[in-house]
Amino acid sequence: MLDNLPLILSSLAAGVPPTVFAAVGGIALTIALSAVAGLALLSRHRAVRAVSRVYVEFFRGTSEVVQLFWIFFVLPALVGYQIVPLAAGIVVLGLNHGAYGAEIVRGAVRSVPRAQYDACTALSLSPWDRMRRVVLPQAVVEMLPSFTNLFIQLLKSTALLSLVVVDEIVRRGQLLVPNLGVGEKLTIYLVELLLYLGLAVLVTSGMRLLERRAAARVGRPPTAARSGFATGVAM
Amino acid sequence: MPVEPMVVLDGVHKRYGDTAVLSGLDLRVERGEHVTLIGPSGSGKTTILRLLMGLEAVDAGTIHVGGRCLTHMRRRGAVVPADEKHARAVRRTIGMVFQQFNLFPNMTVLGNLIEAPVRVLGMSEAEATRRAAELLELVGLTDKTHERPTRLSGGQQQRVAIARALAMRPEVLLLDEVTSALDPELVAGVLRLLRLIGESSDITILCVTHEIGFARDFADRVLMFDGGSIVEDGPPERLLVEPRVPRTKEFLAAVLEGR
Repeated sequence: MLDNLPLILSSLAAGVPPTVFAAVGGIALTIALSAVAGLALLSRHRAVRAVSRVYVEFFRGTSEVVQLFWIFFVLPALVGYQIVPLAAGIVVLGLNHGAYGAEIVRGAVRSVPRAQYDACTALSLSPWDRMRRVVLPQAVVEMLPSFTNLFIQLLKSTALLSLVVVDEIVRRGQLLVPNLGVGEKLTIYLVELLLYLGLAVLVTSGMRLLERRAAARVGRPPTAARSGFATGVAM
Repeated sequence: MPVEPMVVLDGVHKRYGDTAVLSGLDLRVERGEHVTLIGPSGSGKTTILRLLMGLEAVDAGTIHVGGRCLTHMRRRGAVVPADEKHARAVRRTIGMVFQQFNLFPNMTVLGNLIEAPVRVLGMSEAEATRRAAELLELVGLTDKTHERPTRLSGGQQQRVAIARALAMRPEVLLLDEVTSALDPELVAGVLRLLRLIGESSDITILCVTHEIGFARDFADRVLMFDGGSIVEDGPPERLLVEPRVPRTKEFLAAVLEGR
């Protein structure tokens, strides 16, 4: 069973770059869409809020897999243009998680106390400066822990791209499976689990670093320490 | 020649839901005058400050500050409710200090002081910083220039908040129970600072407070509020010592008994 281990490892490892690429691309798109759609949900203009609301509800409420099939199989038939599988994957991951992220942004902005808005009014700051200089810097601290969750979910969702023949980790594994025995299948799936876990740990540590830095910028301890969650680790 | 009052409220009405907080309030405050607003909570004192600061909108009536209308503007000859831009322009001459300080936690003390002068008044950063240094010296917090507000005591935060309001060179300063959230031993320092500012500047000050002793030596005029209207109006040495209205008498007795 271990004869094939080098083959299994090298084959699955070759799937890591596409997985990482899809995750990073998806995260970048998620951040952009979350910011735009989240702020749009808070707009004074009803029409802007409505457009953003439709986007959020549509992508939250429909299956990611079906969205992927639409963009990969149906859209080309309609517009006559085949989108690269990896790009299709990134777009779907971003649109989907951006919808969740929009709610995170909206919630975090609304969590900034009314008193901070009062102070801005008393100093005659424009609504634009108020958002950019006072509200958002404080809201970002609130939203980071939720985004950590979202990014890890996005990372795991990249496995769906195997369905549209992106050569990421899961698809590499699927290609090996038919030629190998039960024990080796076990090895393949075990290695896959560990690869995702390793990548997730990377995402978490990166985000933790950001959370700590952002919390320090508003002069308070990081969220986990505040809630007593990190007692076992930090104390 | 008569000098125009700094603050004029004419027939101001304000209600929250079913409760009328102010019903037809008229008030004139002269340039440079120090007015203290006293009265039980819910009597409308803080509401007046919030209306003046534009944190709330009047339901009826008008407010003028420095001769300019805060609540309404002219558009094509017609008088219409003020839009955000007009209100912001008039508000620029007004500063406010809050009970809970409301400093920006994402900026240092210096950042809090220079933010509005740079972005709103268009001051250069160097000039705003120089001015901030003077103000921090005035409030005795030069050594906290680069600290985060959350690392300061309540009294220190409130002194920064006062400096931040002064950095905008207001003509009218609104003080909303600025010592109510402070530990007792920190109150005196903040009141001393306010006396100093009152004596050394010609800023018009409206001050809501429960510190009767402070009201007595700080104010030129005391207004006693009850149920959304002014029930007594007079100089502190008279109103606080020999109130004519029974309601004022009751209120002062209750407040003084509390200490």
